[in-house]
Amino acid sequence: MPMDEVALDHAHDDHDHKPGFFVRWFMSTNHKDIGTLYLIFALIAGIVGYALSGLIRWELAHPDIGPLMGMMEYFYGLEGDAAREQAKQFYNTVITYHGLIMIFFMVMPALIGGFGNWFVPLMIGAPDMAFPRMNNISFWLTVAGFALLIMSMFVPSGNGGNGFGGGWVLYPPLSGLKGHSGPAMDLVILSLHTVGIASILGAINFIVTILNMRAPGMTMHKMPLFAWSILVTAALLLLALPVLAGALTMLLTDRNFGSQFFVPEGGGDPIMFQHLFWFFGHPEVYIMILPGFGIVSHIISTFSKKPIFGYLGMAYAMVAIGVIGFIVWAHHMYTVGMPVDMKAYFVAATMVIAVPTGIKIFSWIATMWGGSITFAVPMQWAIGFIFLFTLGGVTGVVLANAGVDHALHDTYYVVAHFHYVLSLGAVFALFAGWYYWFEKMFGVKYNGFLGGLHFWVTFIGSNMIFFPQHFLGLNGMPRRYVDYNPAYEYWHYWSSIGYAVSAVGTGIFFLCMADAFLRRRKAEANPWGEGATTLEWTLPSPPPFHQYNTLPRVKDTGDH
Amino acid sequence: MRYLVSLLSALSLGFAGTALAQGKPTDGALGFQEPVTEIARRGFAFHDSFLLWMCILITLFVALLLVFVMVRYNAKANPVPSKTTHNTFIEIVWTLVPVGILVLISIVSFPLLYYVDAEPDLAKIASGEVDATAEERAAAADGWITVKAQGNQWNWTYSYPDEVDADGFALEFTSNPLHYGLSTDPDIGERYLSVDYPLVVPAGRYVRYYTAASDVIHSFAMPSFGIKTDAVPGRLNEGWFKVDEPDVYYGQCSELCGKNHAFMPIEIRVVPQAQYDAWLAIMRSGDFDAAAQRVAVIETDQQFARLPAAE
Repeated sequence: MPMDEVALDHAHDDHDHKPGFFVRWFMSTNHKDIGTLYLIFALIAGIVGYALSGLIRWELAHPDIGPLMGMMEYFYGLEGDAAREQAKQFYNTVITYHGLIMIFFMVMPALIGGFGNWFVPLMIGAPDMAFPRMNNISFWLTVAGFALLIMSMFVPSGNGGNGFGGGWVLYPPLSGLKGHSGPAMDLVILSLHTVGIASILGAINFIVTILNMRAPGMTMHKMPLFAWSILVTAALLLLALPVLAGALTMLLTDRNFGSQFFVPEGGGDPIMFQHLFWFFGHPEVYIMILPGFGIVSHIISTFSKKPIFGYLGMAYAMVAIGVIGFIVWAHHMYTVGMPVDMKAYFVAATMVIAVPTGIKIFSWIATMWGGSITFAVPMQWAIGFIFLFTLGGVTGVVLANAGVDHALHDTYYVVAHFHYVLSLGAVFALFAGWYYWFEKMFGVKYNGFLGGLHFWVTFIGSNMIFFPQHFLGLNGMPRRYVDYNPAYEYWHYWSSIGYAVSAVGTGIFFLCMADAFLRRRKAEANPWGEGATTLEWTLPSPPPFHQYNTLPRVKDTGDH
Repeated sequence: MRYLVSLLSALSLGFAGTALAQGKPTDGALGFQEPVTEIARRGFAFHDSFLLWMCILITLFVALLLVFVMVRYNAKANPVPSKTTHNTFIEIVWTLVPVGILVLISIVSFPLLYYVDAEPDLAKIASGEVDATAEERAAAADGWITVKAQGNQWNWTYSYPDEVDADGFALEFTSNPLHYGLSTDPDIGERYLSVDYPLVVPAGRYVRYYTAASDVIHSFAMPSFGIKTDAVPGRLNEGWFKVDEPDVYYGQCSELCGKNHAFMPIEIRVVPQAQYDAWLAIMRSGDFDAAAQRVAVIETDQQFARLPAAE
């Protein structure tokens, strides 16, 4: 891309009027401040979600209900078997909130709200987002949604204990009056409605910004790949979330106003909810990973000191993944009793996604091919991402085959697969982006040794958590089980040890951040050198409160 | 198909090869449980000798490429980066080669799916119209054994619509777990897998099962059979299996169904026809405990009794 040939003409620093603390952070209309708020929010939600997964691994380290029973004894004053019974329901709520928080309140706010807000305007040469006040509404609705979700953990489920324990997929009748008659599920619905509105508003904002506010000369085919990834993500959000909102509203009226959409006794069909949910849910998977694709593309290009290989192929592979993502949803439902021809269609459609995904993997490697590669912290995370995402991708092809999926559906094999693409895919991309743009965003340097150590410990720990889960799943260990036959103990134990390793990695991350923010080593405008060619590196670190008072011009080099 | 599968089995990594317990999980196992139905044999062979290799080779290929570029093109080895951004030939190659791999997968995957999912036509098998062994033809001539599994919170109700009890109703009984993860759990049976009244079917017969549910969604899953069918309230789903070797086989509910989701196992005792008939006769009289006792020891066709794993 011809970003290095950008003519720069921006006045900065001289009239950088920042509002006071409250107005700046609570009534913000500045895309960078809102991006920072999103990142802080995602960090807090991420800590909660990560702690919940710690409870899961703690409980499952050995057979017999143990640690959670102790918690029930402590918090509810229950004893013995009463505490065990309570722990069973509590375990279900833990896995449910782990999933919901990580998806809606960690990965999405960080990648889209955080990095999207920060870097889409900077990269396309725009002074801010198209609708700055709507941007503010999006953020605070996300916070409100999170508050509703946390509240729901502490109100009655309706079947003993607090919180909703039906899994993040919210399948009725378990999520209906029959399974969870209490207010917890209603709060979950309201929470997802709220965060859904936030995401739709955010998506509209991104689409309008990207289509209308690119700097003069920046055609769509010169736009950085991260902006492309956010554009495709926003389109997916805009089309998928209303379907979820519809399904949730139907569920809400089933629960509260006597409708029978998903109630079989009243002529409804619970499977209809699953179709609606996964029509949203599958694109949602790509919503979480596409921004990561964009981030990794920039990092690979920067540290190889080479332009991205096959730029147009990369951009349109993301578009293709987004489009195909809408027509494969029922591969999550091979066991619900679909006609065999329908399954055959979804097998074929699902496997097609491997093609554009393969194009991306090979194009990243081709970008590195012939390059002059340095291994700064973001590059380590990005290369780790490519390897782990490949591993998660090939098990996805295995699961696409319905004939085999009958054995693997709802086992730990599926858990391993989607954590390889999300926990080791999206999250590695997230950390890659964090270390890539950290200096730019916060104006201070971090310690590269600590960042690298964070990568290696996390890489080893998260692989130890999730790789053995393939074996558990193949051997038949079902998902969402609070306790298991002793014959599954060996790999469960290793998986839990892996969590402890990853917790050390997380500790190193906070140490690295504390070091960076306490020492305050002054950041450079462009610490990565000639390979970093996108517009944000032309600005000082941190960028001025308002950038591009005169729009940058992107020269037409006839490239692409 | 059969030939293809046996060819593929020869390439298998032998993940399910040694010292695996039959019909239940094995500690430290790396792969599937020992397959005991043709569905599982075909499906697991497809995975072990094709899909698994595809996973390993593609992951290794990407890993080796990454290692190569990191060694060959790091800043020390290659100080001056090239500016190459396009190579139409290589881009076509890495589009078409994955397409080719997917086509190869499809060639095995679709026949497998239709074999698993479409109920076999017993009349055609019996008459020899479709490719089948002599044993399969004989089994097909005996017709279907039909059972229905209804998921409840949190146990399974099994019924045999073709078998009538003393009162003229279809034979039906509820199968409760022995263990609930509590201190009161008895110290017998396979932990979280054994039940009081197991589902009993004859060995070497085609079994057609229906699944339903009375409250929330459950899932009828038998890992060693390679089957999993959701039990959905308001719907009747179906599937089939044929197990040749008499033994005890275990499965577990595989769709989150509430508090005791982990405590509603499925125990299937596959017994010789004669023992099945004897069990059925006692069940018809209504003495479930005596019937369960009758299948507590799995007899072989040679009347050689051996203790099942649960005892």
